[in-house]
Amino acid sequence: MIRTPLRPLARILDARQKGENPDAIERENKRIRHEQMRDQSRLRAEGRLLVLGVFFFCAFAVIGARMGLLATTDPVEPRAHAPGAVISASRADIVDRNGNILATNFETHALYAQPRNMVDPEAAAEKLVAVFPDLKKERLIKDFTGKRKFLWIKKKISPEQMQAVHEIGDPGLLFAPRDMRLYPNGTMAAHVLGGASYGKEGVHAAEVIGVAGAEKYFDDYLRDPANGNKPLQLSLDLTVQAAAERVLYGGMKLMNAKGATSVLMDVKTGEVISVVSLPTFDPNNRPRPLTEGDASDTPLFNRSVQGVYELGSTFKIFAAVQAIDLGLVNARTVIDTKGPFKVGGFKIGEFRGKNYGPLSVSDIIVKSSNRGTGRMALQIGAKRQQAFLKSLGFFEATPFEIVEASGGKPLLPKRWTDLSTVTISYGHGLSSSPMHLAAGYAAIANGGFQVKPTLMKQTGPQLGPRVMSARAAADGRRMLRKVVSEGTASFGEVPGYFVGGKTGTADKPKRRGGYYKDKVIATFASMFPAHDPKYVLIVTLDEPVETSGDKPRRTAGWTAVPVAAEMIRRIAPLLGLRPAVEPDKEPVVTLISSN
Amino acid sequence: MTEMVYGAVPVVRGGEPILPKWWRTVDRWAMSCVLMLFGVGLLLGLAASVPLAAKNGFEPFHYVQRQAFFGGLAIVAMMLTSMMSPVLVRRLAVLGFLAAFVALALLPFFGTDFGKGAVRWYSLGFASIQPSEFLKPGFMVVAAWMMAASMEINGPPGRTWSFALCIAIVLMLAMQPDFGQACLVLFGWGVIYFVAGAPMVLLVGMAGLVIIAGTVAYAHSEHFARRIDGFLSVEVDPTTQLGYATNAIREGGLFGVGVGEGQVKWSLPDAHTDFIIAVAAEEYGLVLVLCIIALYTVVVVRSLLRLVRERDPFIRLAGTGLACMFGVQAMINMGVAVRLLPAKGMTLPFVSYGGSSVIASGIAVGMLLAFTRSRPQGQLSDILGRNRAR
Repeated sequence: MIRTPLRPLARILDARQKGENPDAIERENKRIRHEQMRDQSRLRAEGRLLVLGVFFFCAFAVIGARMGLLATTDPVEPRAHAPGAVISASRADIVDRNGNILATNFETHALYAQPRNMVDPEAAAEKLVAVFPDLKKERLIKDFTGKRKFLWIKKKISPEQMQAVHEIGDPGLLFAPRDMRLYPNGTMAAHVLGGASYGKEGVHAAEVIGVAGAEKYFDDYLRDPANGNKPLQLSLDLTVQAAAERVLYGGMKLMNAKGATSVLMDVKTGEVISVVSLPTFDPNNRPRPLTEGDASDTPLFNRSVQGVYELGSTFKIFAAVQAIDLGLVNARTVIDTKGPFKVGGFKIGEFRGKNYGPLSVSDIIVKSSNRGTGRMALQIGAKRQQAFLKSLGFFEATPFEIVEASGGKPLLPKRWTDLSTVTISYGHGLSSSPMHLAAGYAAIANGGFQVKPTLMKQTGPQLGPRVMSARAAADGRRMLRKVVSEGTASFGEVPGYFVGGKTGTADKPKRRGGYYKDKVIATFASMFPAHDPKYVLIVTLDEPVETSGDKPRRTAGWTAVPVAAEMIRRIAPLLGLRPAVEPDKEPVVTLISSN
Repeated sequence: MTEMVYGAVPVVRGGEPILPKWWRTVDRWAMSCVLMLFGVGLLLGLAASVPLAAKNGFEPFHYVQRQAFFGGLAIVAMMLTSMMSPVLVRRLAVLGFLAAFVALALLPFFGTDFGKGAVRWYSLGFASIQPSEFLKPGFMVVAAWMMAASMEINGPPGRTWSFALCIAIVLMLAMQPDFGQACLVLFGWGVIYFVAGAPMVLLVGMAGLVIIAGTVAYAHSEHFARRIDGFLSVEVDPTTQLGYATNAIREGGLFGVGVGEGQVKWSLPDAHTDFIIAVAAEEYGLVLVLCIIALYTVVVVRSLLRLVRERDPFIRLAGTGLACMFGVQAMINMGVAVRLLPAKGMTLPFVSYGGSSVIASGIAVGMLLAFTRSRPQGQLSDILGRNRAR
């Protein structure tokens, strides 16, 4: 037990001595102390109570003032969200190299319902079905009368439809502003642009996100508000693109091909001026991707970058220029192309079993001799061939700035044998996209420098490292010109534009190995004007067949070349190239017998 | 000498009669303010409860009649309570507190949630009772009693006890969950502790701790940051209750859109309780809102000022707790409507609709009036006592 001290001790002891009861003194003392404590705490409490009073007064005054402020401002219809939940709907336009709009935004509305605010759900459902015949009345009534508090009815509606819904007049039917991605040129450059759809959706805005093509590749850039909606400028030329698409479409139909693609590239900058893949689609209304079957069957398939094909004889020029570059041959060196020519147990044959005999390198290209290029390739050797093709970009997917490009990885032989070296020299055994081929030809066309295909408008030449000597490139160009002027691509002649190029007809590989006899990929890889090329044009037709003659003809010379020639005829003036006046040919001397 | 005969001098028996004494000593200003608040509540109920009645299929003024009935009961309870002596109030309040405490503890077993997700009510068929409404004023009295007892020499450790009790109640409320009431209880205890002489160091330390915790939470919790940002942002999402309320206040302007012309009551589910001030602002304008605010201010500030003169620690503390709780509840309700405070459901005492709430408020204010009645404070003996102490 704690002993409580006796206080005040002196008086208590005194009282005890006098025989009085000390309790009274103690009680008295306790009372006094208690009074003191009370006074003390009361003084303190006084101050704190005043503080509390002032606090409440101020708090109520602030609330009153705030009420007054609110009440005296005009009611506005508030729009913005709380920060953190903002949906950024801005998306920059995409324009071509001349500033023509390829993709832009269009204000539209989405329709949604708040069934709790509906006056007459059933009548509203009935009238909605009258406006949108694709909606189901029963389903709407179920949604409107059920537990749902919110539902989207239509993602995009036209102004007329919006007016019609307004006229229904139900307060539970509401509109959400939307930015719609619009491609005013319809199917034009569809594969490059790709398409866009909605990401996060709110009642005040919705995110527009790219789903394919450049829209997806540049999605972050296009959506970044920091760019201030500065349009994204592409290297495409809308006019040229339109002409190319038209010609290619006509050519595809005329040649009964199931697909076609063309790539037009500036040889010094790598800018792709036009790129077409047919069949095409409308990015405003992008079809659904296939879930089964061959990917190349859907119009979404971009043949120019995703379609990796064995491009056939168009590859021969690479063997020729490399051999010249290495000093193994020159354009006039004669090589025996007589058969039989066996590599790794396989006989190398010529087109239709021909036998050309000794040919100069130039003639090997002009006549497109497999054995001739094969022999050159063997001289070059697998190592150097690989290094050369790699420097031209044939080992990697193209850096072309659309998302699909990364999917176009070339197919290389697993083991690079001598046989591979020979077959690849004439374009079999290595599959690459037309875009790859364009980059490879551009290197020959620009005097021997590597270029990378790009979708961005460039301000000057973008020449990469040198991959062959200028002399080899010049020889290559002369040979290509000869292919057109006197070889397999004679239909490619366009007066005034000195087209040079190489045909390639490759049998299509079967899925389970082997090759189809009657299905080919016909390619014409060209450059113009051949003496100082500005542009490279690749035209590839998928399964073409030309039936004007007795027998169906499938070779590129009969199919791809005329299409490419027509295309050059149409687009060269658009590109600002003037037709050069060819030197007059020698007058034809007619020998007249004098006797 | 004859005058000194037994019975010749009137014996003073228990002082003057109860009613005149009550009328003389009670804080008539505060009481009339409370009565006016109740009147305003009925007036607003005429506007705000009509949609609820329409929704539940009653005649338009069904809830006004109910409110008038319960309000009448509440006023009778208030008057009766305010006539009691502080000691009697204390005894009854402690008993009431015990009952409410048990009721609160038994809620999880016998309570209903009325489909609102939180078990807070006992359903009595014709009406429902929310024990926490009655617990609050009771707890204020009990806490004040304990604190006052701890000020006695050799008194019990009342601070610790009351704090433990407070935490227990807060936990029970938080489990319902009813964070609003929990905060109120905590706040009430804090105010009593403050007036009872909480050390300054502790107060400053607590304030610092809250600021630091808030900063840390803001920096590290995205959810918390978003709540605060949303609260601080100038614009408000118009589809939330807050957005409707703000717009209603703006629509009302100075003199309101007119009796019965308001629209906000139709869109706000809580127009008759948590957002009744928005209804008032829309239909009667800033004028009525300022009147309401002034009435609450008068009740709270007058009570606090009268308590300044109070000598008895128990009466002082209990009165402070009750007055502050009454004031804070009104403050939070209106502060939320004008977006000075983050959203929190809290009724406006006497004005909001609610049967058990209005009776509990009546009892609470009755206790407050009983504590703030003017009584001899021994001014003269104070001076004498101090002199003697020196």
